[in-house]
Amino acid sequence: MEKFFIASGVFLLLLIVPVFYRIIMGPTNIDRLVGINVIGTKTTVLLLFIGTIIQRGEGGHSQIAMFVDFALTYALLNFIGTLVVARYFHKDRDRNSKQQEG
Amino acid sequence: MVLESLSIICISLGILLFIGEVVGLHKFPDFYTRMHAAGKGDTLSTILIVAGFILYNVSEGGEAANWNVVIKLMLIAVFILVTSPTSTHALMKAGYDSGLKPVEGSSRLSNAEQKKQEEEEAE
Repeated sequence: MEKFFIASGVFLLLLIVPVFYRIIMGPTNIDRLVGINVIGTKTTVLLLFIGTIIQRGEGGHSQIAMFVDFALTYALLNFIGTLVVARYFHKDRDRNSKQQEG
Repeated sequence: MVLESLSIICISLGILLFIGEVVGLHKFPDFYTRMHAAGKGDTLSTILIVAGFILYNVSEGGEAANWNVVIKLMLIAVFILVTSPTSTHALMKAGYDSGLKPVEGSSRLSNAEQKKQEEEEAE
């Protein structure tokens, strides 16, 4: 079971690499944002994998109880960040059109 | 044992969906279609993988059932179910209002190539 978790965690990490293509090459800024959003959500999952794999102490308990809090916090922060940047692009265009009118 | 195999199946399905999402992000011609791949694949693959972890933690916990962790994992799943479509919608609206045009027709060409072709046909 542990080997399965390690293998799928590494595979997930390798799958995140091609998303960077969209972030670097993306024709528009919003394409880049989509890529960042995808990576953020997958980091939440990756934290769960790390927490299940890492074992510490005498009995070798997995650290999932600690890492699940990190994952929850990361999901919250990722959501807020995406909303704020989407809002920024929205406002930017509104301001420009108002300037053109005035 | 049954729960563990179910969790393996859930996590594998989630990773399969994530592969589809990455391929979609690469291959689709247009911002809106890429958004479609990213939004759907992200939500379902994350929820499936988290469900796999929930099943694994329940199956492990015969002696020391860690219900604290299970409840937090369920919170993550519900949270992703609510927030991922919301952020997809916000990004889509930002893109639409900043004037991005979708690719029209069944062509696989990008916008610029399509316009060039139409001009050539008009001539």
